[in-house]
Amino acid sequence: MDTIWIKLLFSLLTIFIVLNYGLLLQGVVRKIGARVGRRYGIRWYQPWIDIIKNYAKRTKITHGIMYYIAPAFRLTGGIGLLLFMPVIYGTDMFSNFSFTGDLLLLLYFQFFGVLGMALGAAEGGHPYSAMGVSRGLAQVTAYELTLTLGIIAIAVQYQTLSITEIVAAQQGGIANWTIITNPLAGIALMLAFLAAMGRSPFDVVIAPQEIPIGPPTEFHSGLLGVLQLNRAIFPAAKLILFMNLLFGGATDWGTLIIKTFLIYMWSVFVGVAFPRFRVDQSIRWYLFIPLIIGVLAVLFMKF
Amino acid sequence: MSKEHTEKRIVYSPDGEPIEIDPIKDYFEGGRPEIRNPRNGIIEKFANWARSESLWILGFGTGCGAIEMRPLMTPRFDAYRFGYQWRPTPRQSSVFVISGYLSVKTLKRVIRSYEQMQNPKFVVALGSCTINGGMYYDSYNTINRLDHYLPVDVYITGCMPRPEALLAGFDHLKRKIKEGRGEGANKYAENFDWYKANQKKIIKDWDIPDYNW
Amino acid sequence: MKEILEKVKRVFPLQNIKKQRENLYFVETEKIHLVSLITNLRDINGFKHLVLLTAVDRIENGVFQLTYLLNNDELKIDLGVRVFLDRENAEMESIHHLWKQAATYQRELREMFGINFSGSPRVDKAFILEGWDGMPPYRRDFDTLKYSEETYFPRPGRSTNDPAEYMKQKMYPDE
Repeated sequence: MDTIWIKLLFSLLTIFIVLNYGLLLQGVVRKIGARVGRRYGIRWYQPWIDIIKNYAKRTKITHGIMYYIAPAFRLTGGIGLLLFMPVIYGTDMFSNFSFTGDLLLLLYFQFFGVLGMALGAAEGGHPYSAMGVSRGLAQVTAYELTLTLGIIAIAVQYQTLSITEIVAAQQGGIANWTIITNPLAGIALMLAFLAAMGRSPFDVVIAPQEIPIGPPTEFHSGLLGVLQLNRAIFPAAKLILFMNLLFGGATDWGTLIIKTFLIYMWSVFVGVAFPRFRVDQSIRWYLFIPLIIGVLAVLFMKF
Repeated sequence: MSKEHTEKRIVYSPDGEPIEIDPIKDYFEGGRPEIRNPRNGIIEKFANWARSESLWILGFGTGCGAIEMRPLMTPRFDAYRFGYQWRPTPRQSSVFVISGYLSVKTLKRVIRSYEQMQNPKFVVALGSCTINGGMYYDSYNTINRLDHYLPVDVYITGCMPRPEALLAGFDHLKRKIKEGRGEGANKYAENFDWYKANQKKIIKDWDIPDYNW
Repeated sequence: MKEILEKVKRVFPLQNIKKQRENLYFVETEKIHLVSLITNLRDINGFKHLVLLTAVDRIENGVFQLTYLLNNDELKIDLGVRVFLDRENAEMESIHHLWKQAATYQRELREMFGINFSGSPRVDKAFILEGWDGMPPYRRDFDTLKYSEETYFPRPGRSTNDPAEYMKQKMYPDE
C-alpha cells in the first residue's frame, strides 16, 4: 500500500523534472538555432513565460467535448511514454511503472497523441487542421516503419521486450552500448529519431507559419498551454527512450541530462543544416534508405 | 444588406428529412463580448508580466506597413529576444499590429480577426494612416481614425515608421501592460454598441455576425 | 504599323491617328464600330493580346474615354483604340468573348465609373468596394474629400504643408 503512494509521488516528481528539462531544452535549442542564424535569439526562459501567458488568458471558446479532450490525449501520450519506462536505471523509484512488456506499449504511445489530436482538430471545424493532421499522420506512419524495425532488431538481439533488461545488458562501458553492438539497428533508429523529434527537416506538419499551423490551429489559451506542456515532455521522453535503447541508459540524473542533451544535438544539427522537407518528400525518403537499413537490421539478427 | 450564403435555408438529408441551417448561428455563433475583470493583487501583476514578456503577434499584413515588420525577424533587429513571436492564427495571438492604411474591405477582415483573438488582446496601430488617415485622408475607401472601430493601445507615428520605432512602440506597450492598463478587450466589450455602430456605418454589406466569439 | 492602319482605315472609320512613338499609335473610332474593329485587329492583323482596358472621365466634354490597348507580339507594336461614350447612361458592348480577362476590367469599370457592360460575366458583383451604394467613386464629380469627411470621422487638428516650401523654411530660414 505504501509503495504505490511513494511510486506515485516519485512519478509526479519525474514528470516535474522532465517537464522543466524539456522546456529548458526548447529554450536552449532555439537559442542555438538563432545563433546559427547570427541572431541573439530568445531568452532561455521564454518557453516558461509563454506557457504562463497562455494559461493566464481570460477567455476560451469551445467546439465540443472532443475539442477539450484532444489536448489531454496528446499529453497522455507524452506522460504515458515517460512513465512506462525506466527513467533512471537501477533505482526502484525512477523506474516508475516499467514492466516486462513495456517496449511494445511504448510503440503504441508514439501514435496515441497524434490520433487524439486528429479527433480534436476535426471538431475544431477548421478545414486546414484536418489537412494538417492527415499530413502529420502520413509522416508518422512513414517513420514508424523504420522505428519499429529497429526496435524489433533490438528486441531480437537481447531476446526481451523489457527496456530495463535492455539497459541492463548495456551496462559496463561504451563497448556494450547497442549503437556499438548492433550498429544497423542503431542507424535505423537514429534516422527515425529525426522525424520523431518533430524538428526540421521533418517539422513541416507542425511548423507555425506553414499553410496551416497544423493540428493546433484552433487551440488557444489553456488548451494550447496543455499542448505546449506536451511539446516539452514528449521530446524529452523520447530522448530518454532512445538513450535507454541505444546509449546504455543512465544511472543518475546528471548522466541522463548529458546523454539526452547530446542525443538531442544530433537532431538539432541536422535541423539547422537542412531545410524542411515537404511531407511527400519525407515519406519517400523514409520509405527508401532508412527502411532498407531497418530491414537489413532485422535480417542481420536472423542470420 | 445580407448575402445569400448567410440566409437561413433548409436542406434535405438523403432520407428526405429536412434540416434547418442558419449559417450565422451554426458557423459563427453570435452573442456579445463579455467584460472579464482582472483579478486583484499579485496574481494579476504576475500574469501581466507574463503577458507583456510573451507578445504573440498576429501575422496579418493589413497595409503597406507590413513591410516594416519583416525586418524585425532578421538578425539586424531580432525582435525574438524581447519575447515577440509571430503566430499565423488569431486564436493564439495577443497583439494585433494594424500596419498602415485600412480600406473598408480590409477593415471587415480585421474586425473578424480581432474578435477571434482571446481576451487580453492588444492593438498596435502603425503609421499615420491609422491616426488621421495620413496621405490617404481624402480617399473614398480608407478609414481615417482606427480608434473609432477598434480600441487601440499604442500608436506609432511615421509614414512608415522604421523598425526601430516599432520596437520602441512595442516597448511602450509592454510598459502599459505591466501597469495594468492593457484592457482594450474590456473597453471593446463595454462600448460594444458604439464600436459596432461605427463599423456598420461604413461596412455596408454586413454579412457577418455582430460578434464572432 | 502604317500599312496596317492604312489597310484598316479602308474598312473602318478611324480618326485622329496619333503617333506616340515608333511602336505605339493611338486611334479614335466610333462606338458602334469598336467591337468589329477590335475583332478585325485581333483576327486579321495579329493584335492578339489585350494589354489593358481603361477609362478616363472627360467631364468637360461630357464623355468617358475608353482605351483598349492591344499588342502585336510578332511586330512588337502597340495600338491604343479610343472610343467616347456619353456620360449619361454610359454603356458599352462587352468584349469578353474576345478575351476572357476583359470581364475583370469591365467589372472594375462598372464599379468605379458606372459604365455598363451588359452581358459581361459577373459584372454586377462587387469587385473592390463591397456594398458600395453611392455614386461611382472614380467619376470626377464625386468629391472624395467631402465623402471622406462625412464618413470616416476625420481627426480634428490635421494640417498640411507644402513639402517644398516647408523644407525650404526649415533648412534655409534666412533666404
